[in-house]
Amino acid sequence: MNIFEKEKALLEGLAANETSAIETIYRENYSTIQAFIVKNNGYPEDARDIFQEAMIVLFEKAKLKSFVLSCQIKTYLYSICRRLWLKKLQQQNRFYPAFELLDETIPVDEEIDEHEKLNNDFNLMESALLKIGEPCKSLLEAYYIQKKSMPEIAESFGYTNADNAKTQKYKCLIRLKKLFFAQYKNGE
Amino acid sequence: MDDTLLLDAVERYRRGEMSPQEITFFEELRKNNPDIDQLAAEHTFFLAELEKMSDVKAYKHNLDEVETRLTNEGFITRREAKGKAKVIYLWNKYRRVIAVAACIAGIVSISTATIVSMYSGKKQVENITPLVDTKLNQFQHKLSQIETRLNDASTQIKTPVKPTFEANFRATAFLLDGNGFLITNAHVIDNARNIIVENKKGEEFLAKSIYADKTTDLAILKISDTAFKKVNDLPYTFPKYTAELGDHIFTLGYPREEVVYGEGYLSAKSGYYGDTTSYQISISANPGNSGGPVVNKNGDIIGIISSKETNADGVVFAIKSKNIYAALKASGNDSIKLPVVNTLKGLDRVHQIQKLEDFVYMIKGN
Repeated sequence: MNIFEKEKALLEGLAANETSAIETIYRENYSTIQAFIVKNNGYPEDARDIFQEAMIVLFEKAKLKSFVLSCQIKTYLYSICRRLWLKKLQQQNRFYPAFELLDETIPVDEEIDEHEKLNNDFNLMESALLKIGEPCKSLLEAYYIQKKSMPEIAESFGYTNADNAKTQKYKCLIRLKKLFFAQYKNGE
Repeated sequence: MDDTLLLDAVERYRRGEMSPQEITFFEELRKNNPDIDQLAAEHTFFLAELEKMSDVKAYKHNLDEVETRLTNEGFITRREAKGKAKVIYLWNKYRRVIAVAACIAGIVSISTATIVSMYSGKKQVENITPLVDTKLNQFQHKLSQIETRLNDASTQIKTPVKPTFEANFRATAFLLDGNGFLITNAHVIDNARNIIVENKKGEEFLAKSIYADKTTDLAILKISDTAFKKVNDLPYTFPKYTAELGDHIFTLGYPREEVVYGEGYLSAKSGYYGDTTSYQISISANPGNSGGPVVNKNGDIIGIISSKETNADGVVFAIKSKNIYAALKASGNDSIKLPVVNTLKGLDRVHQIQKLEDFVYMIKGN
């Protein structure tokens, strides 16, 4: 496999949420990012946060059918991490000025903006989920996040049958939807 | 059709669980009933959002798992090595010095300079803003010095008619919600013991900070005064999109005791040193403009003025409006309802300002 094919396979693995792909990308890139962050006034802990966030950006991208990476994964990740870290440094200390800007990077401002938007939607949904209360929260999580089947859910939540659980699930979903849109439209 | 049934239908349709007849029926139904179609579109969008969230959650879970495994393996460092630790220690030690040095070439926070004008004895001409003095105040270890000097100075100032309140800063804030919630910069109310906001008519209200975050430099205030009456129909909205280069913008603020209008244009989509949470705008701003709204031609508030570059004229930075949403969320106060209708759109500038004025407040305090 040439590099291009290998990277394409990695991205597909990432989009499918395969741990093997995640691990390969970690192994190939983490040290560089950590070195960069530690060199630029960060701690190894910061590197972990930044790297995770960059991995999420890459995941969001990899899931888009239209996505074609125009550079190597390592350049992409490095560019995202550098941007995120620069931003974080500035937020912590608004006057902190320069570090070296001579490395190979690609412009990623749009990516970061897009990621912030997605992140915002994610948070909206999560906070709506927090607000609906129990048992709705667990019920919806079991179905939509843990992907359990309706009969399984009926049993563990003590519903007499799957149909009952399903009706209950839709009631909860409608409440969640209301909460979500109340915030979402408020935000538009 | 029942909401539940429709949700179920949309869900099964999305997952490809419907039989061909059902699909035909469902698509026909949507085509012939605009109401149902719209609701179905809403459900579809919502389910997609939910799915996106659950995907990201599952992915985060895997990320954590991989990370833990690699940490246990020793591939990811748990703690900093000794050599690095020393560098970090040294950096932290000199962080402040570096910040001061950077600052001399850099940014001055706008509101604080009003302190200096107080110190200069409230002369009519208030154009002296010695940069060093304003900068000192940004570093807390110098704050006490300033306070002492302020107190000395204020004894020489002619006592105003109202003896109760002696303000030592002034800036701008504007309403987020007619129930008395205002937004301004966090640096404005930094260290403030008492906060008073004053509307165009000169009515003063006590306010308190319910949220302030120095990293985003946003603060939310609540008017606590019982004299305050709910204000209706805020005329502006807060867009989440990023404004475009060259957009014409204007601001209202309180660099003086009276509201002052300023206009300019958006000059960069990022702020100081590439900060993507801010814009760079070209506008004339002075101490006191901090916290003022940056309004585009449609009457959308695209940003909040925060600071300016000292050694370049008209280089002002404004925090992007989308950060307000994050601030609201972080404040944990869900009773704040942002306005949703923009009634400034299509008006000429003079009328826009007349409408907007009522919602922009002077904020002062000590």
